[in-house]
Amino acid sequence: MIAYIIRRALYAIPILIGVNLLTFMLFFVVNSPEEVARLHLGDKYTTQEQVEAWKQEHGYDKPLLYNPEAGGLEQLTDTIFYTKSVRLFVFDFGNSDSGRNIGHDIRQRMWPSLAIAVPSLLLGLLLNATLALMLAFFRATYLDVGGVVLCVVLMSISSLFYIIGGQYLVGKLLQLVPISGYDTGFEAVKFLILPVVIGVIYGIGSGTRWYRTLFLEEISKDYVRTARAKGLSEQWVLFRHVLRNALIPILTGVVVILPLLFMGSLITESFFGIPGLGSYTIDAIQRQDFSIVRAMVFLGTVLYILGLLLTDISYTLADPRIRLR
Amino acid sequence: MSALLEVKHLRVAFGTGPDREVAVEDISFSIPKQGTFALLGESGSGKSVTALSVMRLLPEVARIESGEIRLNGQDLLELPEVQMRGIRGATIGMIFQEPMMSLNPVMTVGQQICEPLRRHRRLSRRASMARALELLDAVRVPDPRRRLYEYPHQLSGGMKQRVMIAGALAAEPELLIADEPTTALDVTIQAQVLELLHELQRDLGMAMLFITHDLAVAKSMADAVAIMQHGRIVEADSAKEFFENPRHEYSRNLFAALPDISKRGLRLHGNGSSPDEQAAQPESKASSKPLLEVEDLRVHFPIRRGVFRRVVGQVRAVDGLSFTLHEGETFALVGESGCGKTTTGKGLIRLLPVTQGKIRYRGHDLGHCSAHEMAPFRSELQIVFQDPFSSLNPRMVIGDIIAEGMQVLGSAQESGERRERIEELLRQVGLEPKHQNRYPHEFSGGQRQRIAIARALAVNPRLIVCDEPTSALDVTIQAQILNLLQDLQDQHGLTYLFITHNIAVVSWMAHRMAVMHEGRIVEQGDTVEILQNPQHEYTRTLLSAVPRL
Amino acid sequence: MWVVLLTDFFLYLLLAGVGLYVGFVLRTPHLRHAWRSVMTRRGGAVSVVALGFFAAIAILDSVHFHPRLEQPGAQVEYSNEILSVFDVLVGPLRTHVERTYSAPFAYHAHSKETRETPQGRVRVYPRLEYGGAHLENPEQERGWDITVRVLRGALLGAGVWGFLWLSAWQIRRLRGRKPRDPGEAAIPWWSVGVTALLILMLIGSVTQLAGAYHVFGTDKVGEDVLYQTLKSIRTGVLIGTLTTLIMLPFAIALGITAGYYRGWVDDVIQYIYITLNSIPGVLLIAASILSLHVYLNAHAEEYTSLAERADLRLLFLCMILGLTSWTGLCRLLRGESLKLREHEYIQAAVAFGVSGPRILLRHILPNVMHIVLITVVLDFSGLVLAEAVLSYVDIGVDPSMNSWGNMINSARLEMSREPPVWWSLTASFVFMFGLVLFANLLSDAVRDAFDPRVKR
Repeated sequence: MIAYIIRRALYAIPILIGVNLLTFMLFFVVNSPEEVARLHLGDKYTTQEQVEAWKQEHGYDKPLLYNPEAGGLEQLTDTIFYTKSVRLFVFDFGNSDSGRNIGHDIRQRMWPSLAIAVPSLLLGLLLNATLALMLAFFRATYLDVGGVVLCVVLMSISSLFYIIGGQYLVGKLLQLVPISGYDTGFEAVKFLILPVVIGVIYGIGSGTRWYRTLFLEEISKDYVRTARAKGLSEQWVLFRHVLRNALIPILTGVVVILPLLFMGSLITESFFGIPGLGSYTIDAIQRQDFSIVRAMVFLGTVLYILGLLLTDISYTLADPRIRLR
Repeated sequence: MSALLEVKHLRVAFGTGPDREVAVEDISFSIPKQGTFALLGESGSGKSVTALSVMRLLPEVARIESGEIRLNGQDLLELPEVQMRGIRGATIGMIFQEPMMSLNPVMTVGQQICEPLRRHRRLSRRASMARALELLDAVRVPDPRRRLYEYPHQLSGGMKQRVMIAGALAAEPELLIADEPTTALDVTIQAQVLELLHELQRDLGMAMLFITHDLAVAKSMADAVAIMQHGRIVEADSAKEFFENPRHEYSRNLFAALPDISKRGLRLHGNGSSPDEQAAQPESKASSKPLLEVEDLRVHFPIRRGVFRRVVGQVRAVDGLSFTLHEGETFALVGESGCGKTTTGKGLIRLLPVTQGKIRYRGHDLGHCSAHEMAPFRSELQIVFQDPFSSLNPRMVIGDIIAEGMQVLGSAQESGERRERIEELLRQVGLEPKHQNRYPHEFSGGQRQRIAIARALAVNPRLIVCDEPTSALDVTIQAQILNLLQDLQDQHGLTYLFITHNIAVVSWMAHRMAVMHEGRIVEQGDTVEILQNPQHEYTRTLLSAVPRL
Repeated sequence: MWVVLLTDFFLYLLLAGVGLYVGFVLRTPHLRHAWRSVMTRRGGAVSVVALGFFAAIAILDSVHFHPRLEQPGAQVEYSNEILSVFDVLVGPLRTHVERTYSAPFAYHAHSKETRETPQGRVRVYPRLEYGGAHLENPEQERGWDITVRVLRGALLGAGVWGFLWLSAWQIRRLRGRKPRDPGEAAIPWWSVGVTALLILMLIGSVTQLAGAYHVFGTDKVGEDVLYQTLKSIRTGVLIGTLTTLIMLPFAIALGITAGYYRGWVDDVIQYIYITLNSIPGVLLIAASILSLHVYLNAHAEEYTSLAERADLRLLFLCMILGLTSWTGLCRLLRGESLKLREHEYIQAAVAFGVSGPRILLRHILPNVMHIVLITVVLDFSGLVLAEAVLSYVDIGVDPSMNSWGNMINSARLEMSREPPVWWSLTASFVFMFGLVLFANLLSDAVRDAFDPRVKR
């Protein structure tokens, strides 16, 4: 088990290097820092001096990979690749193009992101599993057929519609909660209710339908027939036998995204004005702040790999058949 | 003796409307208290459907259309579902064919045995666990205290079936329904489980509805038997009468289709051939000229552990095998599951890498030649597999399936010539030339196995590895395939390496045999000699476990 | 003068591919049977008809040309503008541009304007230039006029439907009815007919109305919203289809190769897709689009027309989306090939010495195609929805391109106006919902018919 975890952790290293090289290529090889600077300064009437000044200010004036002018080890370290990409490995994200410390921003902004993501996830999981269990209990009846159709309809509606419609209905017409904004401490709750509720409703369609499929797959297995042959009631069979088996894929599916919750939701946060990492990313994309985007790509990758590892571990906890070696 | 279970004029159908298919038609039988009733039949004859009807556990698409099922005089079909639940597991227990699939993988053995106790006997958690321990002991699971807290995957197949039995008997039912309880088990384990069922039945005084396709197993268990065909009971009688003097033609055909040492040299009775027709004596054509010599063959699979996946051990699937195949003979490799017999067959024709050892074929060592060096021998060494459903590509027509080997190995290059050859092959294996444009799913299991044989024959092989070619087939179909293989050997002088767990088939067909156990050959020699006078301890155990008619 | 944009070219390629596939299906019994069973499901049959309608618009909208300029001189000159056949068909929709917002079916503008009159300055709702312009006395006449046009259009649509239905019936009668195999269910022609009838009646009504009114109102610059929504169909359909078309070769080749060969080949391919997969999709898309942005900014002079530039960006977006979404299919195919390679028919092929590539092509590929098909159909709706979100974040299609995402993006602040401008949002949501819903229904039917794990 421990050997397995160590091996998986070691396996993450080449992946992170790969991701790092890929983003480095995207940002510095496909486009030269020169072009980036011109984009930021507004193209046409920018002088070469202004471009140079911008590059120097943001640390883009160094050579890409190899600096022949520096001495010793600095030939390798005094480069864009080292300062902008390699430093990410020790979670040193450096400064954004607008001069703020990215690491500090991330630490500050992850809490509002979690405040939305965690309740949405838990409530959604509970609601979807309950609804799916209900549909599975009433399988092949009109309730089940209607429920599945409703799920497909809910799935076909754009997430933007849920947000805009919800904001208009609850925030503007009914004036129950503020449309957007955020506050510290307990006051934040009133800003969180709407995004969480909308997040949960948005997930019902696909979630319930998927869980229902999982339940039905389990119900068709032989051990369920054995359980029925023991004279157990349908409820007992569903809760004690089917649910426990179906929970394995459900839980492990949740575990893989747990670390990514830190990253927040791009759309929700920007619509509701929540100062989390999602809106941070969106702002960076819209301001074309490459340093932040690079930092978030790296962070996202690390969290995803962590999620994969946690998934494997949670499998061994949830499923007695699996032993990691 | 009063009847415990009475089934009268039962009819079960699948689906409704134009797709309706009757699975069971007008079935009647009764089981006295403490009696054992065996329902015999080939696959699809409706025997499992009958059993599930008694439990009212039919799949949702099936419906009991008419009839009565009376337990102690009460019609089960008229009970509301809630009361039926009180009968399932309490008055009637049931065990199924696949012990691997029939236990809940995430619940411990103890929990699963306790369920009926807590449900029907209203025992406390502690009391039911104590009882579960007794039950595990009663079904002779070694070290029951530890097993109670283990999960099904930690047990072997035989142990799982014992746990199933313990669960089914927990509430001391009056009737046990056993649906092919030993079909998935090895023959030695089967003998133990059957013995156990016998004893438990005697001790608990319960009746048993025993469902099987195996005549010999039925004979060892039942007081009375009924034989089913196409959803109907064609013959029902006491066991003694039935096995001594089967009256219905179908029953007699079944007996005639069974391979047996006494039928060596005779054709088996498949559908459409008469039993008394002479086939060539198996002994007659086999020469003593060696075709293929295997010396110290080893196939090991590495076990990797730890951070760097270092090899920490070997699974010795095949561990030092030596034998010789003579030209034109059938050499049987016999053993239970996991003994390495299939690995040997695949290693021999290099479908698996060989770890060590020599495979001498016509002056070449096939054990360690490259894929390129192997190529010229591919056409001479062919294989026929066990599962007729996974051995044919479902996306290719029969003609293309048979032609593939010819195309690759370069025989019959012209398309006209190839077509003629395909037609000839299809006729040889008893199919029609027009079948070449059809897809595999249009054929039955037996027909598919014929196609697989035609595919192997297409490249004019000298040796065919037959890997359990009849294990998935019913006995009458098995008889046809065995007859076919025998005929082809006579016509073409083929050599067979016949891999099987079925001693009866070996006794009918093989010139010589080798018994495998844990990757080694424990005994080899002339078939009749070994069967009549086994030398090795394991061979004796194996042979005595085979149920006999 | 005809123009073939890059995305047009790929769409034609796709159509040719679909044509070949249909031919292949008709010749292959098991595929014919499976597709027939898709069509026997009511959801499947209805959505095939409805999606056909969307596809027709997308295809018409993908035949582009430079219009000829009306000039008195002998020399023929072409405009720089690129139009499509669809633009010509819906002529008035494109040309009837008002000054600013107007509500659906309005005959006056959405907000008051100050007018100089002899009585002094007054604030009035100005009449629209096109919407309801034919009415003398709009307040009384409008209701009746709309009703008449709707009924006339519906009748027209029903007439066309009746003609088509009769001729289809006649053809079927002349060719002779082929007896249905027992076991095969009937195609629900009744549902197909009703769907087609409804769609034709809707088209009829809308054509009758669209000449005289703005059915979905106009946007900030006075452009007809219905026109924008219809033009957005092409964008949605292209994103949903081209993305998968671009990723398919990679996903299939790498997936089955990894699964069949295992060993180091598998390790390398797994490394590639885990690496790509571990970058959060949105961020990879954002990073790539930002890079493209810089690139286009630096090479602005190479792309003459706005339409070509937008088109390039659309194609690039499809490629990026393909890059981020092929990993899922690749993993599925790898897993399936790992299972298949243990099947005995593959072992039998190995026993003949059949080469690896040939086994992949003849034995593995045909047996994983159902997974490919299910994934393609399943991904379509997700991609259409994703376009809207990406465009909202400014990393979707070019802002100058008609797309539902861009419509929502530019309209989202209009909900807070008093009174709110709701029609742009509604129109785009309704059309997007329609396309996605039918795609989802189709994908359900396809999965039921092709997935062997789904019990029938």
